[in-house]
Amino acid sequence: MPSFTFTLNGKRTIVDAYAGMPLLWVLRDTLGLTGTKFGCGKGLCGSCTVHIDGETARSCITPIESVAGTTVLTIEGLSLNQMHPVQSAWVQDEVPQCGYCQSGQIMAAVALLRKHPNPTDAEIDESMDGMLCRCGTYQRIRRAIHRASAEGGMR
Amino acid sequence: MKRPFIPERREFFKVTSIAGAGFLLGFRLPWGGRLEAFAQDRQTAFAPNAWLRIDRNGTIAVTVAKSEMGQGVRTALPMILAEELDADWSHVKVEPALADKKYGDMGTGGSTSVRTSWEVLRSAGATARAMLVSAAAKRWGVPESSCRTEKSSVMHVPTGRTLTYGELAAEAANLPVPAKAALKNPKDFRIVGKRMPRVDTPSKVDGSAQFGIDIRIPGMLYAAVAQCPVFGGSVKSFEEKQAASVPGVKRVLPISGGIAVVADSTWSAFQGRDALRITWDEGPNAHLSSEAIRKMFVEASVKPGAVAVNEGDCDSALAKAAKHIDAVYELPFLAHATMEPMNCVADVKKDRCEIWASTQDPQGFQKKACEITGLHEENVVVHTTLLGGGFGRRTETDAASQALEVSRAMGAPVKLTWSREEDMTHDMYRPASYHLLSGGLDGNGRLVAFKHRIVAPSISESKWPGSTKEGLDPDAVEGAVNLPYAIPNFRVEYVMANTAVPVLWWRSVYPSQNVFAVESFMDELAHAAGKDPFEFRKALVTGMPRMRKAMDLAAAKAGWGTPLPAGHARGIALSPPSFFQTPVVQIAEVSVGTDRRVRLHRVVCALDCGIVVNPDTVEAQIEGGFVYGITAALKGKITVKDGRVGEMNFDDYPLLTIDEMPLVETVIVESGEPPTGTGEPGLPAAAPAVANAVFAASGQRLRTLPMKLS
Repeated sequence: MPSFTFTLNGKRTIVDAYAGMPLLWVLRDTLGLTGTKFGCGKGLCGSCTVHIDGETARSCITPIESVAGTTVLTIEGLSLNQMHPVQSAWVQDEVPQCGYCQSGQIMAAVALLRKHPNPTDAEIDESMDGMLCRCGTYQRIRRAIHRASAEGGMR
Repeated sequence: MKRPFIPERREFFKVTSIAGAGFLLGFRLPWGGRLEAFAQDRQTAFAPNAWLRIDRNGTIAVTVAKSEMGQGVRTALPMILAEELDADWSHVKVEPALADKKYGDMGTGGSTSVRTSWEVLRSAGATARAMLVSAAAKRWGVPESSCRTEKSSVMHVPTGRTLTYGELAAEAANLPVPAKAALKNPKDFRIVGKRMPRVDTPSKVDGSAQFGIDIRIPGMLYAAVAQCPVFGGSVKSFEEKQAASVPGVKRVLPISGGIAVVADSTWSAFQGRDALRITWDEGPNAHLSSEAIRKMFVEASVKPGAVAVNEGDCDSALAKAAKHIDAVYELPFLAHATMEPMNCVADVKKDRCEIWASTQDPQGFQKKACEITGLHEENVVVHTTLLGGGFGRRTETDAASQALEVSRAMGAPVKLTWSREEDMTHDMYRPASYHLLSGGLDGNGRLVAFKHRIVAPSISESKWPGSTKEGLDPDAVEGAVNLPYAIPNFRVEYVMANTAVPVLWWRSVYPSQNVFAVESFMDELAHAAGKDPFEFRKALVTGMPRMRKAMDLAAAKAGWGTPLPAGHARGIALSPPSFFQTPVVQIAEVSVGTDRRVRLHRVVCALDCGIVVNPDTVEAQIEGGFVYGITAALKGKITVKDGRVGEMNFDDYPLLTIDEMPLVETVIVESGEPPTGTGEPGLPAAAPAVANAVFAASGQRLRTLPMKLS
């Protein structure tokens, strides 16, 4: 089994994995970071969204070999004690219902705010469009992104 | 309603002092309504099924036996108890219950948790509070009437002395349980009715929330499964060589209903599953198709069905009516499509079995495990995790059975996970249905006759064969028989049309179809009568004051009748109080573009759900119910071809996305009545409100879902 080195949530990480194994399963099954979720396996729902070198990526369709040498950020590495402005907005607006898709939603929102610190509704729609939520929390996601923006979400 | 929910009045309290340290109050939750049938074979009486524990350090632990699937039950139920207890909310800790018959039925569904727990949780809180007051009064040697409680403390009013509940717990536990404890006047509520933060939210924003799929047990193996794509099919033969040679695959294992592949990661198990070469015996349904099912429905609709309601003489009133209109409405099968695919972690040992599952029915899992392992239930431990969506789907035990079989065969703990494709094609679906409607108006445009024949599969017959009588499934006519309208000649018939497609409860169940047909047709009748759709309905809602009030509030909030931007139009629909008991009025504002796409702008939902426990959660449930309903109306369709489901993933079974999300505004009618359900009521009126708005905007009457404009 080949081994791959990358930076995960600020720590240098070496992991043994079969070539072709998507980052999602390396995170969840090999490394035990289960905050990143499996939803579709085809990059269609966004529940598995992480950041690779600061950009959002669908970890369910990202082979581990393409991650070697990069910097990966998952929901677990976003902050200590839910202190990131996006997380705190999510709490204040009570966004999650079942919560299953929310790690991905939050990671996508953080990336959006980095690009557009004061996003319009249209920019939110465009950027969050492929992030599915079966509980229908979209209205609150939009509200929380605006709140995080007002409270310095570009961090 | 045919089977009104009758709350269980008997309550059972039992106090125990725990190792001399604290106070433990056991009480029994009532259960009823829809899930009584669900629980029919595991009735247990008089065993305490929820526990309140007060530790010496002041921690107030409330055991919650209901599943948290996003509806906020782990917050709402403790809030009710904490209110009457006068607890400091920050001291309250929620503990999920292990599956045990002592809890009565733990099944979560039918929008029942708050309304069936309301009385007993209040009584439990009040009883514990009375005992704590007694203990304090005794210690101080003062009359109980000179004491009051606040924030987990008893205070002696004349002297200002206080004792905390933690300090009093051990003494309170040794006191007799009062026969009756006074409940608060709702106007004195300090917790109930407030926007309390949900207890599970922090864990859902930092990735620490544990869903069934997140459970990890030392030594755990991972499994995937291939099931016959054709309903009712089985494995004829298989070749395992290619699968077994996939790196990480440990074993290929035939199990009931398919072939499991066991590996050292989910990914390897999936790869192994994809490499399997299976020849299926497709069985008797190999030629089943949506077209054939529709043809069967159409043919079945010609004959009269079982009579669910018959008031007046519908046929002669229709014959005499000044205006008579007919319409056919059709709805497809639908998948639940929870974001967390079906999965289960099982650890079967010789003398003990443990399961970790995101389930709406922990005791069903326990029972299934007893059947499969032969173990007694006291040796089967079922941990209910958070659920990544339930919507009815997680009342079934299919993935659990597979995980149990694989774990037993491997002699190791196993996490079995379905791919999205397995989940989509092996769901148990919301039944398709076919509706014939006829309405008659008199010379003044008043509705004098309304006839509705419903053709649909029966979920009850599918779950419990032989459980319906004379061809009538009372569930299947919900939302159609309990109309809010006074109509002198009213008839509803049901034609049971079962198919090989497995069916199950899907958020709001049959009102998801029936209310669409009824409320769209009511709109047709209003237009045929030349009347405003709101006024036409209002004149007929004579015996349901709560619905009338909700109508007025919705109209005021939405600005019914006021001008809109060019191209925009409004539609209204009413959802009668079905098993969830909550009347809802929805007014949707839409526009239809030149691209023939429906754009949702704004939706007002007014509801009367009695006393509100947590207003923020009620609003969230209404928003979610609307989205679930409108996703179905605009996009949802499961098609059957060659005996199998054609949709595989979110590319061909799309969900509503954020750019399509309208502003949803929830208006809650103020009420002093006991709480009613909120998880499902937001759904049934969503599709007809939007369809009626689409008609107002475009002149197109959409009688088939999902909506397609020409």
